[in-house]
Amino acid sequence: MLQNDMVESSPLRDPKINFAYLDERTKRMIRRAILKAVAIPGYQVPFGSREMPLPYGWGTGGIQVTASIIGESDVLKVIDQGSDDTVNAVNIRRFFQRTTGVEVTTDTTAASIIQTRHRIPETPLREGQVIVYQVPVPEPMQRLEPREEETRKLHALQEYGLMHVNLFEDLAHYGHISSTYDYPVLVNGRYIMSPSPIPKFDNPKMHLNPALQLFGAGREKRIYAVPPYTTVESLGFEDHPFEVQRWQSVCELCGSNESFLDEVIMDDQGKKMFVCSDSDYCSKRQVTP
Amino acid sequence: MYVAVKGGETAILNSYELLAQHRRGDPNVPELSVAQIRQQLRLSVDRVMTEGSVYDPELAALAIKQSAGDLVEAIFLLRAYRATLPRLGYSKPLNTTGMHISRRISAAFKDLPGGQVLGPTYDYTQRLLDFSLLATGKPAPVARKGQVNNEATPRVVDLLNHESLLESQLPEEGDPDPFDLTRQPLRFPANRSARLQNLARADEGFLLAMAYSTQRGYSGTHPFVGEIRFGTVDVCIVPEELGFEISVGDVPVTECQMINQFQGSQTKPPQFTRGYGLAFGHSERKAMAMALVDRALRADELGEDVTAPAQMQEFVMSHSDSLESSGFVQHLKLPHYVDFQSELELVRKMRQSHALPKDDHAAE
Repeated sequence: MLQNDMVESSPLRDPKINFAYLDERTKRMIRRAILKAVAIPGYQVPFGSREMPLPYGWGTGGIQVTASIIGESDVLKVIDQGSDDTVNAVNIRRFFQRTTGVEVTTDTTAASIIQTRHRIPETPLREGQVIVYQVPVPEPMQRLEPREEETRKLHALQEYGLMHVNLFEDLAHYGHISSTYDYPVLVNGRYIMSPSPIPKFDNPKMHLNPALQLFGAGREKRIYAVPPYTTVESLGFEDHPFEVQRWQSVCELCGSNESFLDEVIMDDQGKKMFVCSDSDYCSKRQVTP
Repeated sequence: MYVAVKGGETAILNSYELLAQHRRGDPNVPELSVAQIRQQLRLSVDRVMTEGSVYDPELAALAIKQSAGDLVEAIFLLRAYRATLPRLGYSKPLNTTGMHISRRISAAFKDLPGGQVLGPTYDYTQRLLDFSLLATGKPAPVARKGQVNNEATPRVVDLLNHESLLESQLPEEGDPDPFDLTRQPLRFPANRSARLQNLARADEGFLLAMAYSTQRGYSGTHPFVGEIRFGTVDVCIVPEELGFEISVGDVPVTECQMINQFQGSQTKPPQFTRGYGLAFGHSERKAMAMALVDRALRADELGEDVTAPAQMQEFVMSHSDSLESSGFVQHLKLPHYVDFQSELELVRKMRQSHALPKDDHAAE
């Protein structure tokens, strides 16, 4: 349904703007940063982030990564909070339609590039796909140590005591770890990395994923990557291993009991229902449950 | 019944139309022209050019018109445009000693070579609303012509230099190209050229508050305005195929040299140190604030204790850019329901194990 809507109102490619907005030299600079990021999984590569025509904090890092890897034959999917229809996803998709004219889709399996904010699709990704995450805060230890000069040293020395103590303090206070999203991961056994603010529910999907995972932080000017089939381990303790959240309910539209559910408030009496956050997954299941 | 959140695309298109209507206001009132903004809101234009890092009064005025006068939004528009421009070359350093002066004052000396030139300033106006401006169509005011000083006006800092009372600031060895943080990512510790570029692009309000904090005990810099000058300077380039300097035009700039007392350190004798500020057009508040913060940020270099926010590079430089701060603060408007859902589950879980959940509920 959405695809039909988009055919009618999709903006035409604007010939006055360079393909994918950025000039070719800038794209090359970003590609070099991406290559370095792929070579050192989980390491934050600084890059000369440009001012994009969308505000910082709204996906400029992801947009710059997508803009430098997209080609005319690519098929693009953009999601925000798991959905193709939220205004920010629509806006970014329109931006790429206008600047590249590439085919767009809502179908996770049909896309060659998926740009996302805050979710990983429920449908498993495959080899050859690229998922581009929009990252607000690339430094997983920023809240514990705001000085970048210091955190850089901690990464270099693989000195992650600060992070483990923080998780342990959570356990001591609450009996469980209180991070529910942007839950820190260890990549390839070396770097602690922010998975971007995806719910920790999605963390296991990153582990040994066949797709290439790229992360762009425009405002903080960093790019990092998880190459296909790389280990991504969510931090935990032997006696308190990492675990994901589970719901008591199932999706009221498609009946899934495996997906991440959004709570929708129905009236002012506190009546609520649960539905899948991944709109593509949910609508496909409604057709063929 | 549950309605899926669809129709984002239509909503966006409708919002464009509403925005255009709100920007235009009452159609019975004549539309503002870009030329009018450029001529009559010149201080806004100057600020947008300074923080937008592009000297182009017409495009800055256009950005102000398009943003309905929201200067931070106008700066954003100009910066996004600037990001796509090719870098054709670098100018020679501006020679501000050769400035065609419109205004030049020193607070450190009563009189000095070149004289004090008050020029156009709001400083000594009494801030009373001028109701005569409510009426339009008045003949344009004409200023009396004073003596025009066409000789070069030496800079106050150069006068003090003769006695070595003031630190001299020579280019680094080999005169390396300045850092360009629009092309290279900022990394800490940042050198002075990176800091000055960051401050020049910094949000005026933020910079003003940081500068003010140094005057209220959060790092003491004992500043004097050595000199503020406003006027036009030549911009020169040396094209490779020519091999000699040619002028490509002149730009109005405001320059501020702040002079600060310095007690001396193990390697330096007591002397005056400097802070530097430069902005496009007539932007004295910006140039002065920049000079104060520049000096505060030199604490490391001069061996001073770093105790106050204005002295902390990461604090100042990471938070000074209006695009970054405005974008990230306002991104909270974007949907966050996945994260919020995760927090909801967590708070419910925590309330279950909390000692007094029922009493809490009864009190509501």
